Amino acid sequence: MLAYAARRLVAIPPTLFIIVTLAFAVVRAAPGGPFDAEQSLPPQVKANLERAYGLDQPLITQYLRYLRALAHGDFGPSLKYRDLSVSALIAQGLPVSLTLGLAALIVALGVGVPLGSWAALRRGSAIDHGIMGLAVLGVVLPSFVTGPLLVLIFGLALRWLPVAGWQDGNPYYLVLPVITLALPLIAYIARLIRSSLLEVLQSDFIRAARARGLGERRVIWRHALPPALLPVVSYLGPATAFLVTGSLVVETVFALPGTGRYLVEGAIDRDYTLVMGMVIVYGLITLACNLAADLVYGWLDPRVAHAS
Amino acid sequence: MPPEGGAATGGFWRQAGRRLRGKPAALSAAAVIVLIACAAFVGPHFSGIAYDSLDWDALAVPPQFGGAHWLGTDRLGRDLFVRTLYGVRISLVIGLLASAVSLVIGVAWGMVAGYSGGRTDELMMRAVDVLYSLPYLFVVIILTTLFTRGSLVVLFVAIGAVGWLTIARIVRGQTLVLARTEFVEAARVIGVSPAAMLWRHIVPNLSGTIVAYATLAIPQMILFESFLSFLGLGVQEPLPSLGNLINDGAREMQSAPWMLLAPAGFLVVLLLCFSMLGDALRDALDPRESS
Repeated sequence: MLAYAARRLVAIPPTLFIIVTLAFAVVRAAPGGPFDAEQSLPPQVKANLERAYGLDQPLITQYLRYLRALAHGDFGPSLKYRDLSVSALIAQGLPVSLTLGLAALIVALGVGVPLGSWAALRRGSAIDHGIMGLAVLGVVLPSFVTGPLLVLIFGLALRWLPVAGWQDGNPYYLVLPVITLALPLIAYIARLIRSSLLEVLQSDFIRAARARGLGERRVIWRHALPPALLPVVSYLGPATAFLVTGSLVVETVFALPGTGRYLVEGAIDRDYTLVMGMVIVYGLITLACNLAADLVYGWLDPRVAHAS
Repeated sequence: MPPEGGAATGGFWRQAGRRLRGKPAALSAAAVIVLIACAAFVGPHFSGIAYDSLDWDALAVPPQFGGAHWLGTDRLGRDLFVRTLYGVRISLVIGLLASAVSLVIGVAWGMVAGYSGGRTDELMMRAVDVLYSLPYLFVVIILTTLFTRGSLVVLFVAIGAVGWLTIARIVRGQTLVLARTEFVEAARVIGVSPAAMLWRHIVPNLSGTIVAYATLAIPQMILFESFLSFLGLGVQEPLPSLGNLINDGAREMQSAPWMLLAPAGFLVVLLLCFSMLGDALRDALDPRESS
């Protein structure tokens, strides 16, 4: 198990290096530069600006310089927000995005797993059909539709919850964004759990447990549910990627000061350093979550760690 | 879209058709899709209103059936019925083309990997795994920066170029099985070249899976497109797409909720119908599911 974890951990830096290099190449291949938007900029001023940020150097020099700074944990200055470094921008926004993502993940697991199990245990009943019908809706509805709709219903029509804003993480303001972000995950996890629990419930060891006279409660909680959770654990990696992209929408809809909009704005404004910084941060988060999910999986199911 | 299977696969398709006919939900979903598509491609012509024409006497009017503007107008007095239908058209076209792009890449990649096996297979599928773990919409966002914003061609190529991973995995799995069957073995013995083998023997046997996953890919692609347009990275004003219409509507929903509800309604119905049809087709066509 430890060797498996170590092997997976060693693979992260090279992957990150590849991501950085690819992102650098793609972002730089894009036409237009960070100082094009300011229309009346005289060529001399533009040339001076580019010199100040080192953009007049050959690309390979810039790349090596960027890598060297990165090794010291320096993401460089933002080209759009002139007074701030990319690190400062990330430090501002990341706590917001992480809070949002973590809360959504917890809600998704806390609601999705019980709902899916309930549907599986009442297979074929009205409850099962109801939950699965809602799950289809939840998977299909994109968050840029559910978000505004939830605001329309609970914020504007019923006036139960605030419409938008962050307010220093006031939980009251978090309810709608977290629900919006969690809904598709809840639906997906409920479907996963339902089908895996149904499969487990038909296996021999469950029949054996029942034959030994164990109570239904004990059969389900101790014997059926843990193996049925395995597909959910392996879904946690893709779920993180999903949360990361979902946060882009949710932060836009609810005007949250997270990091999601930096990527979009940075891409539009050709803010090279900001886009690179965001790609690296999100790349790290995704890699870390994938690793965590795989380690938990390996711990739950030792065959995985030994096989690879 | 079904490839010419001819007599060889006729039995398979007829069987699948029979299985599909037993599912009224899937059939009505297909009917709704056809209806919306017809409305989107024909409707705007009959209304006599262009998607970008301004009606200064009707700014942000609510829906009125039988009136001049069925679904109301937006802030600039543009007819929302026409704009929504036009947006559906653009979303559908991008969805179809992007699915085609991702199908071509995915099927080719999966087939080559599955048929070659060994080290090639391992390397190709490793690449898919790595790409799979990335938040692919991020990749699309970065790809869209590569080109001028609002170019529709770039949009569907970029979306299609990252959407092929699932299809590649499924096709690879099935090709692995097919490559070991006796008729492929026999074809190899009489000297059929690998390219001809893939095209003449493997592709026809994958056609069911391909059709099923193509139907499931279309709503995904429509979703990507709307997502990008919602964020302002996709289709640009004044051209409407479901994504940027929803974005406009979300901004105005306090005073004009119909501006959100009209495009959102069309998008949701379209996505639901495609996913219902796709699920039913997969059940009917995918040999693994229909046991």
